[in-house]
Amino acid sequence: MKLIQSAQFALPFLLFSALAMAGDAEDKGLEIAKQRKAHDKGWGDSQAKMIMILRNKNGRESQRNIRIKSLEMENDGDKGLTIFDRPRDVKGTAFLSFSHSLGNDDQWLYLPALKRVKRISSKNKSGPFMGSEFAYEDLSSFEIEKYSYKYLSDEKCGELNCYKVENKPLYKHSGYTKIISWLDDQEYRVHKTEYYDRKGSLLKTLSFKGYQQYKNKYWRADQYMMLNHQTGKSTQLTWSDYKFSVGLTAKDFNKNVLKRIR
Amino acid sequence: MFAWIKPFRQGHNISLIIAFMVLSPFTHALEVSTKVGISTYLFQHEPLYSEQHRQQWSVLAEPEFYHSWNNDLDSIIFKPYARVDQHDKERTHFDIRELMWLHVGTEWELRTGIGKVFWGVNEANHLVDIINQDDQVDDISGDPKLGQAMINLSLIRDWGIIDFFILPGFRERTFSGAEGRLRGPLPIDTDHAEYESSREEKHIDFALRWSYTFDDYDMGLYYFRGTNRDPGFLLRESPKGESNLIPYYDQIDQFGLDFQATLEAWLWKLEILHRKDEFDHFAAVSGGLEYTFVGVMDSVTDLGVIMEYSWDERDDPRLSQFQNDLMLGARFAFNDAQSTEILAGLVQDLDYSELRSFQIEASRRLGDDWKLNLALRLFSDHELNPISNDDHLQLTLEKYF
Repeated sequence: MKLIQSAQFALPFLLFSALAMAGDAEDKGLEIAKQRKAHDKGWGDSQAKMIMILRNKNGRESQRNIRIKSLEMENDGDKGLTIFDRPRDVKGTAFLSFSHSLGNDDQWLYLPALKRVKRISSKNKSGPFMGSEFAYEDLSSFEIEKYSYKYLSDEKCGELNCYKVENKPLYKHSGYTKIISWLDDQEYRVHKTEYYDRKGSLLKTLSFKGYQQYKNKYWRADQYMMLNHQTGKSTQLTWSDYKFSVGLTAKDFNKNVLKRIR
Repeated sequence: MFAWIKPFRQGHNISLIIAFMVLSPFTHALEVSTKVGISTYLFQHEPLYSEQHRQQWSVLAEPEFYHSWNNDLDSIIFKPYARVDQHDKERTHFDIRELMWLHVGTEWELRTGIGKVFWGVNEANHLVDIINQDDQVDDISGDPKLGQAMINLSLIRDWGIIDFFILPGFRERTFSGAEGRLRGPLPIDTDHAEYESSREEKHIDFALRWSYTFDDYDMGLYYFRGTNRDPGFLLRESPKGESNLIPYYDQIDQFGLDFQATLEAWLWKLEILHRKDEFDHFAAVSGGLEYTFVGVMDSVTDLGVIMEYSWDERDDPRLSQFQNDLMLGARFAFNDAQSTEILAGLVQDLDYSELRSFQIEASRRLGDDWKLNLALRLFSDHELNPISNDDHLQLTLEKYF
């Protein structure tokens, strides 16, 4: 018993010293990633609504309404169920995904007009989600094993101090050579992310706004803004009705659920 | 042989899918949504039969009413459908696509009413799909199905899903009338269908299916006993002395298997059936692959290349249009805000080199609530294809409320 107590006591010091002492940029980058994961661990299950606004470079807009249910998995990527409400012609379409840290994700699509559940290839990680500027990989859960890391510098992000970290995807079929993220040193929330394409040029910038805390622990941004520098197009995600611990289990994320989802 | 071209299903990309409905902010209120459309066939050639026309307009409506209660564990959906055709009295028709009460238990679901069930993995030849009858007069793509009355109990277990079906009330296939195109020389008299079973269309059919997902593999296995969805035809003389074709529906026992392996960019697909009918028993196979190139030519467009082969042991193109046929297809998903998609496919009969068909289907959203669908279907001139004179362009504009 005493041993356990002292181990718990020692843990914050160990982490602190690891951060402070790491001379190596890679080690420090990895340590920040571990902190990021640890700060979000244990959220369990959640559901939320999302409005996605696509804008082309002339300012023309089109809107998608989406609901998302998520289930945290221990030692694996999360499970997600995405339900489309708008545009009306895709109403009732549902997308089920079991993400995995390094292996291929499992993905099924339900086509309501045909009553058909289709298993789809997960090679589309770099492909656009619903015609937006978000790729599938931009919306998948953060897992430590997915990237190699390199701490670059400390930078101000608003009032806070941020770690600027370079992530290189280790999973297959990514559309990016590197991703640079700014995470605040208080809660390890991501404030900005830059995506670099296969040629190494800056492709997109994602900014997060309106972080809210749920269950006294978990931070979620209300607004994501993705700007594609190469096409001038942008996509804005606005989240609402975030609910945690709604009682979702693995049973709510099986293939049969797709056929009756509303 | 492809008396009626078999369907190319909608794409694998999320942005391509056709459905409809409005999200109601009140879960317990009645949700109402509607699809209406106007459609035309433009035929390339003058008709062969005097009653037929060069152009055929129609309008369609498909409202949907949904209500749920008991914390969404119970729901009722009602989806009637109607099409009014300019010329063809058979194509002007009404159907209840769905009228279903769903109850969700902890590890089971019970569906009671009228509904639609799809089984299978292939694009061109939907070999093992059997629960619902084709609404063939509505559209020869094979996608429209008539609502089927059923009691369906699903048991959801770790070792897979077991589905029991009791299917009362057989639905006859619909066919073009005398004034409609896309038919053979003799009109089909659907008012005098004949059956092997003395209970005729009141025969109660039965099906049992097990489906399972393991790693990258999805599979299903079923047994069906009941009325054959594919009719044979009997030549009969009407009281007026005219020759007519009468659909004949026999009783069958059928085992079906569907399997898909999803390995990186490859989809490997297989459907097998074994059917014992009134006269015969035989096997049939349809399988192939689809490979997807993600983001071709530095764009966001995905290109899927599809190849499927079908074989039927009866080896008779008049009994199965896919007796020995190869389909080559390409699917373009543009991944744009309008969800533009194009699907093109060539079906070549390997026994009759002059027998083939070509089809392009394209769709695009216009604004937020409109959708434009285009289908071009071309047939080679061949005696085994009764609709080879009916090359056409089909345009449909749909509005969603």
